[in-house]
Amino acid sequence: MMEFLLERANYWVVIVLMMIGLYITFASQNLIKRMVGLGLFQTTICLFYVTLGKVSGGTAPILFGPDAVEHHAAPHGPEAETTHAALDAAFAAGGEPAGRFAELANTYSNPLPHVLMLTAIVVGVATLSVGLALVVRIREAYGTIEGDEINEIDLETALAQHAEAEKAASEAAA
Amino acid sequence: MIDAILNAAPAWALTHAAPLLVMVPLFLAPMLALVPSGRIAWLIAVIATAVSFCFSLVLLGLVQTSPIGVVSYEIGRWPVPIGIEFRVDALNAMILLLVTVIGLLASVFSWPTVVAEIPKPKRALFYSAFLVCFAGLNGVAITGDAFNLFVFLEISSISTYVLVALGAGRDRRALPAAFNYLIMGTIGASFYIVGIGFLYAATGTLNMGDIASRLPELAGHRSVQAGFAFILVGLGLKAAMWPLHQWLPNAYSYSPSFVTMFLSATATKVALYALIRFLFTVFRPDFAFELSAFTGILMPLGIAAMLICSFQAVFQTDVRRILAYSSVAQVGYMILGVSLGTTEGLSAGLFHLLNHAMMKGALFMAVAGVVLTYQGTTIRDFAGLGRSAPWTMTAFAIAGLSLIGVPLTAGFQSKLQLGFALFDQGLWWAVGLLVFSSILAVIYIGRVLEAVFFQPPVNPRKTRKEAPVLLLVPLWILALANIYFGIAADVPFNLARDAAAAAFGVEAFR
Repeated sequence: MMEFLLERANYWVVIVLMMIGLYITFASQNLIKRMVGLGLFQTTICLFYVTLGKVSGGTAPILFGPDAVEHHAAPHGPEAETTHAALDAAFAAGGEPAGRFAELANTYSNPLPHVLMLTAIVVGVATLSVGLALVVRIREAYGTIEGDEINEIDLETALAQHAEAEKAASEAAA
Repeated sequence: MIDAILNAAPAWALTHAAPLLVMVPLFLAPMLALVPSGRIAWLIAVIATAVSFCFSLVLLGLVQTSPIGVVSYEIGRWPVPIGIEFRVDALNAMILLLVTVIGLLASVFSWPTVVAEIPKPKRALFYSAFLVCFAGLNGVAITGDAFNLFVFLEISSISTYVLVALGAGRDRRALPAAFNYLIMGTIGASFYIVGIGFLYAATGTLNMGDIASRLPELAGHRSVQAGFAFILVGLGLKAAMWPLHQWLPNAYSYSPSFVTMFLSATATKVALYALIRFLFTVFRPDFAFELSAFTGILMPLGIAAMLICSFQAVFQTDVRRILAYSSVAQVGYMILGVSLGTTEGLSAGLFHLLNHAMMKGALFMAVAGVVLTYQGTTIRDFAGLGRSAPWTMTAFAIAGLSLIGVPLTAGFQSKLQLGFALFDQGLWWAVGLLVFSSILAVIYIGRVLEAVFFQPPVNPRKTRKEAPVLLLVPLWILALANIYFGIAADVPFNLARDAAAAAFGVEAFR
């Protein structure tokens, strides 16, 4: 039981944080707090992806020692393609280098989720800035950033407009 | 016509059509932000969308002439499962054509409404945001990489929030509407990305075709099923699937009228395309959990949408809100077609998707014309417009009849196909509900048409009558398309049928 819980410690943290973020986003009336909840929710996704990429016992995905490939003249164009083709051929043949490549996957953590999360962080920052800009504009237009107060103001305005329209219609009829 | 374009296009356009379709508007967008004049920005936006439209025609031609029905482009020449791939088959090609046609018509008609609704210094920036949104929607439709789809989804969504919020110049309620849209949209995209995380954990790849080829042996895997659930909810939120549509009525009612028209015809359609791509190509309709999702979730939700939202539309007083609720109801029709899990059902759903873009585009354009000349969107403001603005209102009536599904209009053809598909599965009661929902449409469109043609105008002092020509031309193109494709439905129906076949053919996609 204990083992089951501890093995998945990261995932428990992810689930708890994600639910907290989602709850704040939905339950809070304050618009800034809703943005905070949203930020927590998005950050937790990064935690989730980084957890996915971790290889137990693996190190940071920076090639070192014999694994580091020397790029002497940084070949480009057709030359680089022949190198790629050679690597692919080695993979397909499954010889000595292929064995080494298979091992690499256990030595180093998977870098791809990290890269994906880099993009997701950028998206999150953009969303946050647009959201905060909207909050500023809402504050200017309504004088409040509480969701329920905004709804009340909207309702009052709509009722006033409706009454005005009714009045105009009855005047026109008369 | 497509042959002529293929022959006329230079070689580079044929090879690089897929990335250029997205890149041209995406690169022009930041330049527009630097342009001082709104009018030049508008011209550049029209040119950019026209270029994208040409590329989408080229892509459609390439897909139709290709022996395997697929155009694949490796970004940066990275081989496919590792690098990002733009992959176009009959399904994408149809959606790309839809988005670019609507984008072109929308940007042509936009200038008078933008002059009326957007403050002068913001006009160039407005077009910049529009082009980003346009490029993002095309990117969602064209990419074959699951994570890349998320990035494009967010590119289009974030610019959409900005566009919706710009309605604040006319009505400040646009701001809370945009904020709620932002919250809901971000949660939807986040759910999608969590689902992709689960799929990546199970399959170790992000290329859609690659995921599809590895999934059948993992179908019983818990993380695949969790990923499916997350993706369904996330994309359902973006596609305004009932009951995840709460952001839509406010966002459509208060945004600038040009934005409403563009979004209603494209944004939810593209999200629905992504959902269809995942339901039919990445996951397979023969997975047990997906079948139960079809019958247990999608079908009831689709039916609930078309009944409840049609019913809600009947009681609205604002024409834009009527049309917004009707949009959710129409998404319900499409979801119902999709949920049958058959080729007929899917092609009927896609057919309705095309037709709905045509009729909602025309309806919202007509409303934009009324907003422009009369500054009001309640039914009361529409009273008597049939006499003072006959061209605008006749187009509105044609599109409205098409929305109801009157014979000889496009809406009738797609509802007919949906009915056939339902009968094939023995779901005659669903056909009954379809007809009932159409009767509700008669009521809510009828209320507007009654005010337009049979009531005296409220305020006869207003002298300006017809909407400007720039607005009438695209409006009538869409309205006549509703009639033309209602009589000769072959072209869109074949597009939809090919698209449905492509969605099913995992071999064709991979």
